[in-house]
Amino acid sequence: MEEAQPTQAAGKLTPAPQRELAFFKFLRGEGERIELLLRTLHRISHVPKRRRLIYEQMFLSGIQTLHVVLLVGLFIGMIVSLQTGIELAKLGQQDQIGTIVAVSMAREMGPFITAIVLAATVGSAIAAELGTMSVSNELEALKVMSIDRLSLLVLPRLIALAVIAPLLTLVCDTVGIVGGAFVANAQLNVGFEMYMTSAIDALRPTGFFLNIPKDLYAGLIKAVVFGGMIATISCNEGLKASGGALGVGRATRSSVRDAIIGVIVINYFMTWFMYQA
Amino acid sequence: MSDTQTTNDPVIRFTDVHKSFGEKVVLAGFSMELQRGRTLSIMGPSGVGKSVTLKHAIGILTADSGSVEVFGQEMSQITKKELSTIRKRMGYVFQEGALINWLSVGDNVALPLRENTDLTEDEIRDKVNKRLELVHIPDSWDLMPSEISGGMKKRVGIARALITDPELILYDEPNAGLDPEIARSINALIRELQERLGVSSLVVEHRIDCIKAVSDEVLFLDGGKTVFQSDPDSFFHSNHPRLARFFGTESA
Repeated sequence: MEEAQPTQAAGKLTPAPQRELAFFKFLRGEGERIELLLRTLHRISHVPKRRRLIYEQMFLSGIQTLHVVLLVGLFIGMIVSLQTGIELAKLGQQDQIGTIVAVSMAREMGPFITAIVLAATVGSAIAAELGTMSVSNELEALKVMSIDRLSLLVLPRLIALAVIAPLLTLVCDTVGIVGGAFVANAQLNVGFEMYMTSAIDALRPTGFFLNIPKDLYAGLIKAVVFGGMIATISCNEGLKASGGALGVGRATRSSVRDAIIGVIVINYFMTWFMYQA
Repeated sequence: MSDTQTTNDPVIRFTDVHKSFGEKVVLAGFSMELQRGRTLSIMGPSGVGKSVTLKHAIGILTADSGSVEVFGQEMSQITKKELSTIRKRMGYVFQEGALINWLSVGDNVALPLRENTDLTEDEIRDKVNKRLELVHIPDSWDLMPSEISGGMKKRVGIARALITDPELILYDEPNAGLDPEIARSINALIRELQERLGVSSLVVEHRIDCIKAVSDEVLFLDGGKTVFQSDPDSFFHSNHPRLARFFGTESA
């Protein structure tokens, strides 16, 4: 690292900027996001005042992603059904296809696929929107008008994504299981009734947490966390965008990249916590 | 008005202000005063720190050293809440308007009232309509920022800055990017507002016609300091060598 040289500025000595180590830069970035999340959650009492903006954001997020979630969820269910069905057929266990598709969709594929779709569509849109506001002085305008930017811009997006993500996950789970049923019936000679019976048995209520199947609520809890995380990362990247169109592009790219990495990493730790710890 | 300030005190006072960004020195001992009810224009070459001066006055930037007082309060020593209170007594007109893209013209102007006051929606609509009439764009409530011209955006920006009945308005190049005809109408509007509402104004501007039209006093900023300050008439007839070089009137 270069040695810091003192420079003469405004009549006093100030240290020259130092090149920051990548690790410290990463820590600082994550710290900024956690701070943004906590400061936004501190404004949770503003939710009633922001309900119109929250509904708008939920509507936009749902509209932007519903068709993608339907399509991707359907094909993911079909792929899981086909891949596992081929192997199970060798063992004469085709009747278990429904179980495997239902459990894998509810636990893992549903929340994960929904989160990836949300990061790519809604997350990128949030970063671009707030980034454009940042580079065109709109955020500065809010500041000089003493308007709380976190309450006006971040809180509605955070709440909307944390609510819409589990709803879309339920849709994804459902179409995935139905897609799996089509493949099982058409290509693996498993009756629709047998498939659905094994799928429903696999998601049978376990008797705690409102009697919802554990695999289902574990997936939905993951979805809430993923939704909140995508909103936080995207808002943070958008709010700190600078440097015109280039800066907006950079913010959009890093929001999608970091949200997807975050979803994968947090997914592992949540799975470990909910199923092994 | 704050308890600590009398009517004779300046609304803004900069005393020996220094500000640097990295190694670039922008303000180097800059001092100036804006008296209540007056309009002071700051002129100078690009990148000399005119907008930086405005940002110090509104509390977006803080001085490295020296003193910035607004409404008698030292900006470096106030709490966030006090800063918020000071900002509510000021209006800021941005170069490009800085209108919130996803809000209509009316909602943009109404935003400070909806966020910072307990007025009812009827009272807000009434006040916004009056402000839109004042800046000569009535019936424009439902238009979106993407549907209006640059001149109209400036008018909406001015209406938004006026909506909280500020005592002080800061204009950042109000004529930037406008054709001469629209620029003249904006100048006339600024002057009209000063006369009708009696607000103090700090204007950063390049254009001579604007400065002549709106100013009570003109300050030339260069090298981080005040080079020359006078009334507009004396300013534009001055033999000061730096001004002559700036206006291209120096003898060969």
